[in-house]
Amino acid sequence: MSILVNKDTRVIVQGFTGSQATLHSEQAIEYGTNIVGGITPGKGGQTHLGKPVFDTMDEAVKSVQPNASLIFVPAPFCKDSILEAAESGIELIVCITEGVPTLDMLDVKKRVDELDITLIGPNCPGLITPGEAKLGIMPASIHMQGSIGIISRSGTLTYEAVKQTTDLGFGQSSCVGIGGDPIPGSSFIDILKLFENDPQTEAIVMVGEIGGTAEEDAAEFIKNNVSKPVISYIAGQTAPAGKRMGHAGAIIAGGKGTAADKISKLKECGVHVADNLTEIGSTVAKVIKK
Amino acid sequence: MNLHEFQGKELFAQYGLPVSNSKVIYEAEDAQKACRDIGGSKWVVKAQVHAGGRGKAGGVELVDTPEDAISFAKKWLGKRLVTYQTDEKGQLVNSVLIEECTDIAEELYLSAVVDRDSQRVVFIGSSEGGVNIEEVAKNSPEKIIYEPIDPLCGAQGFQARKIAKVLKLNNEQTKQFTPMLKNLMKLFIEKDLSLLEINPLVITSGGLLHCLDAKINIDSNAIYRQPEIAEMHDPSQEDPRESEAAKNDLSYVSLDGNIGCMVNGAGLAMGTMDTIKYFGGNPANFLDVGGTATQERVTKAFKIILDDPEVKVVLVNIFGGIVRCDLIAEGVLAAIEEVGVEIPVVVRLEGNNADLGSEILSKANIKIESINNLGDAAKKAVELAK
Repeated sequence: MSILVNKDTRVIVQGFTGSQATLHSEQAIEYGTNIVGGITPGKGGQTHLGKPVFDTMDEAVKSVQPNASLIFVPAPFCKDSILEAAESGIELIVCITEGVPTLDMLDVKKRVDELDITLIGPNCPGLITPGEAKLGIMPASIHMQGSIGIISRSGTLTYEAVKQTTDLGFGQSSCVGIGGDPIPGSSFIDILKLFENDPQTEAIVMVGEIGGTAEEDAAEFIKNNVSKPVISYIAGQTAPAGKRMGHAGAIIAGGKGTAADKISKLKECGVHVADNLTEIGSTVAKVIKK
Repeated sequence: MNLHEFQGKELFAQYGLPVSNSKVIYEAEDAQKACRDIGGSKWVVKAQVHAGGRGKAGGVELVDTPEDAISFAKKWLGKRLVTYQTDEKGQLVNSVLIEECTDIAEELYLSAVVDRDSQRVVFIGSSEGGVNIEEVAKNSPEKIIYEPIDPLCGAQGFQARKIAKVLKLNNEQTKQFTPMLKNLMKLFIEKDLSLLEINPLVITSGGLLHCLDAKINIDSNAIYRQPEIAEMHDPSQEDPRESEAAKNDLSYVSLDGNIGCMVNGAGLAMGTMDTIKYFGGNPANFLDVGGTATQERVTKAFKIILDDPEVKVVLVNIFGGIVRCDLIAEGVLAAIEEVGVEIPVVVRLEGNNADLGSEILSKANIKIESINNLGDAAKKAVELAK
């Protein structure tokens, strides 16, 4: 078991023939991901990486029956692509692209919620179920099939958490990067629910960062709904107020969303907080005796 | 991206919102003509900077003669205005807004932001304007209304009437407010705003609503489709190193410590800063070289970090995902050579081909500490910075 994706997931790649999509699709196929084709308007009928290319999602659905989409199209076209996938009945949409305008996401989020579709991202590394399927840009080699579910708002911080849990022999059930944008498709809570119900997952690592109140909301949810141990790390303890730190999400406004706020709320709700980035793995080890 | 008050008011005017007659001047001698063109016998002169708190800092004055307007402009143009919202260096004043004077009966507050919780554009209104709204929110939350707007339906009349009640508007003012709210929402959507604030929104002695200030932030991700807004960008309001970094697609924020940081990924960059602090050091900056740490970007990043004279040591922390660490190591070496780095550099490489990367670094003839464990690398950097 795992969450969201496994070796049977039928993946279609939007923006398939672009350079980033090509690079990451190649690696995903090599990893064993079941990529059934791709979409690039104007290139329908061609074959790319040995898979069929379609002009529209409608044709792809009829021809190769995908149930998940991986999006690499440039930011100005993401709204269009996400909606195309959503309206075609794709159940899981993963949008890697960064720089999508916030107002585009307001419309998109409303529509995918209405259709009850899971959207991961944008501006995220994607998700992976080690040993089964990789829908994203994460380095495959650091992952290992195992028992820890990982959720994170940041790409390279996810890798850090993955590496530490692999090094200590725990491995991961699935890893989900939800992205650092102000309006993400899925929240920590959406993914926590899935890990709570996944028998393979023994403990959950939640990597957060300053800005917004997503971690505080998640803490409250964990207290009431999650029976599995949750280990957390919050980045940005030293960030000055009012400064934007790269991610659109990582900004502290009006003294809200500071690392200290988040850490105290998480602790209050029974979450095990790693004091330091280098101690995520060891905190997991302390919590679940292997 | 932030706009100046006068640029915000230009947008307000385009959307039919009530703003004062005004002129922007860049040279002090133009103040006289500006006053005459506007007319009247009293003017408000306002230094234009990307920061609030200008009034208390002397950046806003009421003048009775065009000569006083000239001397105000002379006093501020080319100088830096320090307010409680700026750093100690302040912000450069390169323009002054001259406005006709408005007689104020009441000061109100109105703003709109993209709210993460409700995932809507939310209007925030209060009868307590002209003051620090955070204080009002803390001490008398009942005086503030939060009204979310559906992205597909847009702002409706009932929502304007609802906000008007909290603003304590009379029937006439409510009628004036309804199209204002709809137009502000239209402006927010059409120009890709991330924040809009009118503090104060005033009721004039004649009983009409009037926008006395305008603070607007634009979503940087959407600038590509806002050419008119892109023209309004004023780089003089930004930290020069930060704007140099932005030009190269690097994300840089200058801080006051002495350990320069170069990291791939915003989250890991913050995590690295935290780790330095945890071991007793002080980061000089936040710097995200982005997902692909090529030699060119690493070189640029080194140049920006070393431009800060406080930096005593550089800590490079790269988690090689898709990019191979041996390539990054070669990039770091070439960059160090090109830039001529004199201070110690600690490099931590992790991920794809990390061992090969460290080997390349340790064989180089440059003073580099190659440490694969982040904790140890941070400790070393802290030690070298002392």
